Amino acid sequence: MDVLVLLKQVPSTESIIEIAGDGVSIKTDDLKWVINPYDELAVEEALRLREAHGGTVTILTVGREKAAEAIRTALAMGADKGVLVSDPVLEGCDPLCTAKVLAAAAKEIPFDLIIAGQRAVDDDAYMVGSAVAEALGIPSITMVIKEEISENRIQCQKTIDGGVAVVEAPLPALITTQRGLNEPRYASLPGIMKAKKKPLDSKTLADLGLDPQTFTAFKMKIVALNPPPERKGGQVVEGETAQEKARELVRILHEEAKVF
Amino acid sequence: MTEPFLTAKHRILRRSVRSFCDRELSPIAAQIDQEARFPWEVIEKMGPLKYFGIQASRELGGAALDSLSYAIIIEEVSRISAAIGLCLSVHNSVAVFPIMAFGTAEQQQRWVSELARGQKIGAFCLTEPNAGSDASGISATAIQEGDHYRVNANKVFVTNGGVADICLIFARTDPAAGRKGISVVVVERGTPGFVVGDLEDLCGVRANPVSSIRLYDCCVPKENLLGQSGTGLQIGLVALDTGRIGIAAQALGIAQASMEEAIRYANQRQQFGVPLSRHQVIQMMIADMATQVDAARMMIYRAAWLKDQHQTFTKASAQAKLFAAEAAGKVTDLAVQIHGGYGYSKAYAVERYYRDARVTRIYEGTSEIHRMVIAREAQKEIMSDLHIA
Repeated sequence: MDVLVLLKQVPSTESIIEIAGDGVSIKTDDLKWVINPYDELAVEEALRLREAHGGTVTILTVGREKAAEAIRTALAMGADKGVLVSDPVLEGCDPLCTAKVLAAAAKEIPFDLIIAGQRAVDDDAYMVGSAVAEALGIPSITMVIKEEISENRIQCQKTIDGGVAVVEAPLPALITTQRGLNEPRYASLPGIMKAKKKPLDSKTLADLGLDPQTFTAFKMKIVALNPPPERKGGQVVEGETAQEKARELVRILHEEAKVF
Repeated sequence: MTEPFLTAKHRILRRSVRSFCDRELSPIAAQIDQEARFPWEVIEKMGPLKYFGIQASRELGGAALDSLSYAIIIEEVSRISAAIGLCLSVHNSVAVFPIMAFGTAEQQQRWVSELARGQKIGAFCLTEPNAGSDASGISATAIQEGDHYRVNANKVFVTNGGVADICLIFARTDPAAGRKGISVVVVERGTPGFVVGDLEDLCGVRANPVSSIRLYDCCVPKENLLGQSGTGLQIGLVALDTGRIGIAAQALGIAQASMEEAIRYANQRQQFGVPLSRHQVIQMMIADMATQVDAARMMIYRAAWLKDQHQTFTKASAQAKLFAAEAAGKVTDLAVQIHGGYGYSKAYAVERYYRDARVTRIYEGTSEIHRMVIAREAQKEIMSDLHIA
């Protein structure tokens, strides 16, 4: 059972995000970078599959050279090897383009199953996993909270609005993770030390046989970034008695907030 | 930032330990201090990750890391909870390490294999009501009677005491022989006569169950003697050489956390129309904090590095411990000052750091004892240089 994990390095969710001078990107100098939390679930699930069925776990990332840190962290958790595709022309590329590169890289790695996060918490596009499956011509099951593999098939429980659906597909397939799938492990101290010695291949688009020229015009581009509106202060409802306050609150909800 | 002594694997290590501590320890750090509660729920997670066998051999279930890694781990854990950093430092450096260094293969198998996996917790029992800095003044006894020792001891301020399973007891095996009659005997919790005293109500490191341990006619097999009979003080000194690196790293972690909190606060609190950090007087404080922290870190890493290179590190580790402990005192004091009244309130973390830092100048050798060690070593070095010249 060879599992390929698609992993993205994202700013830590506790980071304070500031918009850069160009208005379409964020300041990255002081950011703390981590494995995308949904991809951490993917790494954990892959490790559990390897523990149950044997095989290997490979981490595949498209990103800047700095993303090697995130791959090393996954190797410290127990993954076997990593591949980082890094190319200057990919700077600012859209999700579809990322998916094309990932799919091209995946073709060179033997796999029975691909696991990806349902989305990256930085751009929240929800697209890359399914687009990779499409490019590879394999089935994809999104938002998985439980999976079971038997005789070359995977059966998954996935969250849907108000319930859970059970979906089955033949392998090879791609699944994306949902919270509740598992509890990711921490790297053990010996695991951390072994991570440095595990293979991590760096590749460019040319190494994958892709023409950088075709990646220069992205279909999607960011036009503007705006910070969320600043929160207004609260309002204190005045009144002598509880009844008076309640009456005033109802009036505000009705006339000012117009909730009913 | 690239730092001397560190390699890529040390940086991965720091990141991984920090991520564990941020997620598991940080949410409860203030609470366990207030409740003086030992957080078993986190300790049980640390065991399988090998935090209790940092330098023990892999065969015995440890992680077999170098001393630099050990210092980084203690620093990072202490940055979140000095009490747990202390627990790990004492367990790894003055309980596991002496057994690895002086124990027989049987003893290592018997004790380290469980200690390294965090299934049992270790303690170092030297201090007595009337013997602290002068370790040779202890009155505990371990008298051999046939195939066993009869141990009587009253040990106080035992770090991890309330939860310790395996205790290194310093006692007189030959009361007539003075300094040369002191030995280390390992006594396990549960041995008849082994009594854990009340937990100390301490100023800081409150989540660590520091207690007294009293032994009343405890009979332990003669196989529980660690090293040669009469070499207790040497074993103690070797263990403390290593222990100092851990305590220095603990002080560094506290100082680092204080500095981070102070800088964060100084950038957010407004007075006279601008953030505190825009006032020159606050900038001077931040400069002093940053310099103290960096200097302490370099001294600690140097001491750990020297140990990893199998070079003499007694003076380096004593200097690192002295400097880092004093730095933690200054830095936490400045951090409270920058916070003003809030810094004196338990609502802000610097109040805890201020209390936690104080003891680093006291335990595992006071600052004064370290100055004695450093003076002796410095004179030895210079005099031998002069002699050669």
